Amino acid sequence: MTQNNRLSSGGRIDRSQPLTFTFNGKQYQGFKGDTVASALLANGVDIVGRSFKYSRPRGVIAAGAEEPNAILQMGATEATQVPNVRATQQELFDGLVCQVTNGWPSAEFDVMGLVGKAGGSFMPPGFYYKTFMYPQSMWDTYEKCIRKAAGLGRSPRENDPDIYDHINQHVDVMIVGGGAAGLAAALSASRSGARVILADEQAELGGSLLHASESIDGRPASEWAAEVIAQLEACDNVQLLPRSTVNGYHDHNFLTIHQRCTDHLLDCAPIGQARQRMHRVRAKWVVLATGAHERPLVFANNDVPGCMLASAVTTYIKRYSVVPGERLVLMTTNDSAYQAAFDWAESGRFVVAIVDTRAHPGGDVIDEANRRGLKVIAGSAVIEVKGSKRVTGVSVSAINQLGDKALGPVKHLTCDTVASSGGWSPAVHLSCHTGSRPVWRDDVIGFVPGNSQQKQLTAGAINGTAALSTCLQEGFQAGREAAINAGFDTVPSISLPKVDERHIGAAMALFHIPHSKPTSRAPKQFVDFQTDVTAAGIEIATREGYESIEHVKRYTAMGFGTDQGKLGNINGMAIAAKSMNKTIPETGTTIFRPNYTPVTFGAVAGRHCGELFDPKRYSAMHSWHLKNGALFEDVGLWKRPWYFPQAGESMQESLNRECKAAREGVAILDASTLGKIDIQGKDAREFLGRIYTNAWAKLAIGKCRYGLMCGEDGMVFDDGVTACLADDHFVMTTTTGGAARVLEWLELYHQTEWPEMEVYFNTVTDQWSTMTISGPNSRKLLSELTGDIDLSRDAFKFMDWHEGTVAGVPARVFRISFTGELSFEVNVPANYGLYVWEKVFEHGAKYNLTPYGTETMHILRAEKGFIIAGQDTDGSVTPIDLGMDWCVSNQKPYSYIGKRGMNREDCLRKNRKQLVGLKTKRSDVVIPEGSQAVADPNEPVPMTMLGHITSSYYSACLGRSIAMGMIRDGFERMGQTVYYPQPDGSVIEAEICSPIFLDPKGERQNV
Amino acid sequence: MNKYSGFGLLKHGLSYHENWQRAWRNPKPKAKYDVVIVGGGGHGLATAYYLAKVHGVTNIAVVEKGYLGGGNTARNTTIVRSNYLWDESAHLYEHAMKLWEGLSQDLNYNVMFSQRGVLNLGHTLQDMRDIQRRVNANRLNGIDGEVLDTQQVQEIVPIMDCSANTRYPVLGASWQPRAGVARHDAVAWGYARAADALGVDLIQQCEVDDIITEDGAAVAVHTKQHGLIKADRIGCVVAGNSSVLAKMAGFSLPLESHPLQALVSEPIKPILDTVVMSNHVHGYVSQSDKGDLVIGAGIDGYNGYGQRGSYSTIEHTVQAIIELFPIFSRVRMNRQWGGIVDTCPDACPIISDTPVENLFFNCGWGTGGFKATPGSGHVFAATLAKGEAHELAKPFSMFRFNDGSLIDEHGAAGVAH
Ligand SMILES: Cc1cc2nc3c(=O)[nH]c(=O)nc-3n(C[C@H](O)[C@H](O)[C@H](O)COP(=O)(O)OP(=O)(O)OC[C@H]3O[C@@H](n4cnc5c(N)ncnc54)[C@H](O)[C@@H]3O)c2cc1C
Repeated sequence: MTQNNRLSSGGRIDRSQPLTFTFNGKQYQGFKGDTVASALLANGVDIVGRSFKYSRPRGVIAAGAEEPNAILQMGATEATQVPNVRATQQELFDGLVCQVTNGWPSAEFDVMGLVGKAGGSFMPPGFYYKTFMYPQSMWDTYEKCIRKAAGLGRSPRENDPDIYDHINQHVDVMIVGGGAAGLAAALSASRSGARVILADEQAELGGSLLHASESIDGRPASEWAAEVIAQLEACDNVQLLPRSTVNGYHDHNFLTIHQRCTDHLLDCAPIGQARQRMHRVRAKWVVLATGAHERPLVFANNDVPGCMLASAVTTYIKRYSVVPGERLVLMTTNDSAYQAAFDWAESGRFVVAIVDTRAHPGGDVIDEANRRGLKVIAGSAVIEVKGSKRVTGVSVSAINQLGDKALGPVKHLTCDTVASSGGWSPAVHLSCHTGSRPVWRDDVIGFVPGNSQQKQLTAGAINGTAALSTCLQEGFQAGREAAINAGFDTVPSISLPKVDERHIGAAMALFHIPHSKPTSRAPKQFVDFQTDVTAAGIEIATREGYESIEHVKRYTAMGFGTDQGKLGNINGMAIAAKSMNKTIPETGTTIFRPNYTPVTFGAVAGRHCGELFDPKRYSAMHSWHLKNGALFEDVGLWKRPWYFPQAGESMQESLNRECKAAREGVAILDASTLGKIDIQGKDAREFLGRIYTNAWAKLAIGKCRYGLMCGEDGMVFDDGVTACLADDHFVMTTTTGGAARVLEWLELYHQTEWPEMEVYFNTVTDQWSTMTISGPNSRKLLSELTGDIDLSRDAFKFMDWHEGTVAGVPARVFRISFTGELSFEVNVPANYGLYVWEKVFEHGAKYNLTPYGTETMHILRAEKGFIIAGQDTDGSVTPIDLGMDWCVSNQKPYSYIGKRGMNREDCLRKNRKQLVGLKTKRSDVVIPEGSQAVADPNEPVPMTMLGHITSSYYSACLGRSIAMGMIRDGFERMGQTVYYPQPDGSVIEAEICSPIFLDPKGERQNV
Repeated sequence: MNKYSGFGLLKHGLSYHENWQRAWRNPKPKAKYDVVIVGGGGHGLATAYYLAKVHGVTNIAVVEKGYLGGGNTARNTTIVRSNYLWDESAHLYEHAMKLWEGLSQDLNYNVMFSQRGVLNLGHTLQDMRDIQRRVNANRLNGIDGEVLDTQQVQEIVPIMDCSANTRYPVLGASWQPRAGVARHDAVAWGYARAADALGVDLIQQCEVDDIITEDGAAVAVHTKQHGLIKADRIGCVVAGNSSVLAKMAGFSLPLESHPLQALVSEPIKPILDTVVMSNHVHGYVSQSDKGDLVIGAGIDGYNGYGQRGSYSTIEHTVQAIIELFPIFSRVRMNRQWGGIVDTCPDACPIISDTPVENLFFNCGWGTGGFKATPGSGHVFAATLAKGEAHELAKPFSMFRFNDGSLIDEHGAAGVAH
């Protein structure tokens, strides 16, 4: 196919770079500088999709972000598919592949279209709320059918080959929009020395200047723009970002910019480049110069391909050198749209008529139309379009000056294009993202930005300003003011260039063109094209009582499309207002929310996915664990060795071996991941007393103590051992997963409740490597590695710690035990961790030193009845429930966190759930963790549950299974039997016992 | 009330839809009602409906400061499930679930309750222990549920990355087949229409700015637009604004109001037909009947009434979704928004009498009250009708924070919803 609609000269395309692309499987030609939409129009492609609900053929309406119809599926491969690409914003590149998103077997001949035609009148807004209910059982089936019709494009089925970047920026002045006002603002702000970012969603900066008919300082406006851009490019303090949409404006002048770096080049970013980048910008001041969107008029069959916005006609002709038809009828309520007819005529094609809804239009543009010999039909409107796959003609009728009645007679005009303009809606979106509501202005016939909490100025068409000279002036002024407000005092003012422009006359406030039939009976008059919302639909909604504009939106789906109603919302609000006899400001707008235009999820995520989703933390000995075949468990951010299987072993066999080694010989655990917090200051001791439930006043230097931490509610949330290094210096250990939370907790209390206390916290988790050497041979082994620490039983007592060297490295050694065996916890600076660990193994070989992981640690401690916070506790367990009254002190002068909570009536109740041991009747059966206990396994559902299994293992040392669990009133039920019904219907019987299964007197750790 | 049906649609179609009845009236408030319900969200409207229908109390007004269902009801991600951990909450949410199952027919309004199943993923051994525990409890409470392994999860959601290569591989999930999603607006509108038909006055654009008490008993609400409205009993169902209303009545509630955000993709062709939630990577997603991926996560950390949140939360949420579904990376996010949720220290609601006589509160649903809408309305209606808590509501008294009988659902409530 040839580019029939391409003019032989003009436009901003590069004719020396022809490009080939594929649409719906067919190849077409375009040029560098085209968008997909302009290239399709150049090739005479009328239908770019089928509508969502009625499956009507649809063509390109607009030339920018407001386009509702030309929504395509793009991508040459499965992995590079992008759904819902707006053809008016996608630049053409060689080899681009795209297709329509709806329509079967094709958008030209679509089967659903027939259904839409036949069923259309039975699908009013919200029809699905009124039907598909009976019989109840059928809803599943109905829903499947409804869902089939859903969606526009499709998700890729393969993983994205591209990468996305984030960048943080801090600027003095952030300017959004690179049209006349934005460029002017950038120019004046830049002169102050302020750091400026100017972002614009389009490929080229310049906005409407790129196709403007006005001249500036005697030259075409586009030349002025080029010169300003060149000046800005030369400024070090200015960053120009084309192809960059400011998609969200958040509190505290935080804005996000979605920059498309390579989407205009290739299907997939060149290797090493990011496809898109999110700029996270913190701006001192913001200038919004986002312009305005032209409103189409709402009239019968206004969705037939060939119906367009007047400004889009101009844009396609002037920028892309494409005339999208042969014979134009222009309908307008205002002066600005006349330009479309002038451009059309200049391109050598025929303007059938300009239909002006105003009874007596007059002034510069009308004079010019007359001068050009164009026919102007005043006081009239296009009330209906003829044609289905392309406009074939229009019906024109005189209308009354209220704009709500077609007076006739109805005349027919033959044409293939209908351009319409109902005036301009300022692009207030960003100005509303932080909660400000826009304000209606009758003179603008539109909403302009309301008061904002943000440090924000606005300039140009966003303010409803129409004249180019005023837009420039507002731009210069805003740029200057923003720079001054941002703290720059020398801001040279710039003299305003001379603009040669037409005088703009008053527009008519008209949104919905009356038909000779009532709206409910006239052919469909579309308000929101993408969601197929019609004027009649809006009237039905208000008639049914959906009167709030939010109800109208939600009931009809108006504004729910990917264009978020940029084209249709104001018209819809006007129609809703009229049908309720209200004004538009009384009806109000729905809320504008980010994103301004859709943003790739990948770009929002940036590099933080896959491997980099969360940082991985490794201990210093990680490489050793890998070499020695460890399997790992995720605990918090850490990768902890879970167990160390040897060739041919089952998991249970590995655990049995590891446990036996710890109980009978010597075994070693990498405990580096436990949180370590260094606490210093003269009030450190008192602080510990308030944070922990037990007493700290008397803990001597050189001693360690176990502590429990509770929330205000009195429920246990972390635990660990704290050592006293000096009277004002302690090291606290926390659980691996809880470390960050505990540090925050300490800081929270210090900073908000007890700021008067002199105490400092510092995480030292990463600074120390910790290895727990456990088992009857641990003393023997360790003594080979240290010369300066006396490890003898009397010199180094249980719960003591000593400083010295281990393998020649300075170390802190703690004699504490989580296994119940004689145990030494060796802490060395992390940089020496691996070295010391390897030394321990060198000496350990003769003792058959065995590494063990978290699973064996869990078994060993469970044999001793030691809890794991977060496994044996949830947010509902007090220290008393754990049988750990010994760890709660009621003698403290100040009190402690959780005291009041755990002393509330319900927490002191007798029959609370309590932590007990459980022995299965059959010793080889391990109760699955999470099993729920009942007293009577035959009770019908819902059963009375007594508690659940928190920890459960096979203990090789005891030759049987062991479990810990919560049981209601468990302390009083020792020896009783409870039952654990399993999903497969079986029931496991267990006896309640002490949770200390091994060495109840604690003798083993004292050998 | 004209009954809605497929036949009705045909009939109205032939008369150009010019004769549809209003779904509800727009009445002026009377001087006095038996019960005034403050807050026209799903819970308030459901309360009114069940008061009228079950208890025959029809002299009721629902006063709503904005538009019906415009609070969190209009903003939530509509996940409905009942697989809560503790008996008290499981019974309450399951009560709601049973009502959901016949709701469209009961209201004669299609609320599109879609029982497409909900997966709660586990990524750590502790996640899996918690899942086992919760599903076992659910089973013994008569609530459907299963623990799935990685392979079974993959079969239900073939497009999810269940490989071992992810940062936190999926180890399994809990699966509640009866759970799903519903159309939030339809729930509010369906209840509104049905309540209106029973004589309930729904008064929109009517903001309560004071609660009038006499001798320790509430006697009226004062409204900005219509002055005093008297009532024998007052029920406040105002979600994120509950603390504000409590303050008017002179007491405080153990609630924090936080922004909770959600977002949707552009509509895409059906690709995900169940709900996937993960507490660990912190995000959840389902696909609406319109084709949008509906995505959410946890609350923003700070307090506020702004109905918008911070961008970093959106980033984390999207990262979580891409982590689970790398294929969505090129799909695009259309819109984000926020609501204000009223969170309780134990992640459970408050359905309760208060220190003020004749004044009752239903709040604290936090991030997950949509699923409870029918049940919440049903038990609160009984509470208001009788002046004392419904059996299922009893454990949810606000006074539990005094005596410590908390119901800690942080695990099951998790990320949210
Ligand atoms: C983003 C998000 C996602 C969520 N996702 C889920 C989910 O997936 N599943 C789930 O179960 N739950 C979810 N929730 C929670 C759920 O939305 C709420 O718990 C539930 O909708 C609360 O219903 P409600 O009727 O109590 O509150 P609302 O719907 O908020 O209604 C309260 C009403 O009170 C009105 N009001 C307030 N103050 C006054 C006053 N002074 N006078 C008069 N009227 C007043 C408000 O305008 C409002 O309409 C989510 C919430 C959010 C914000």
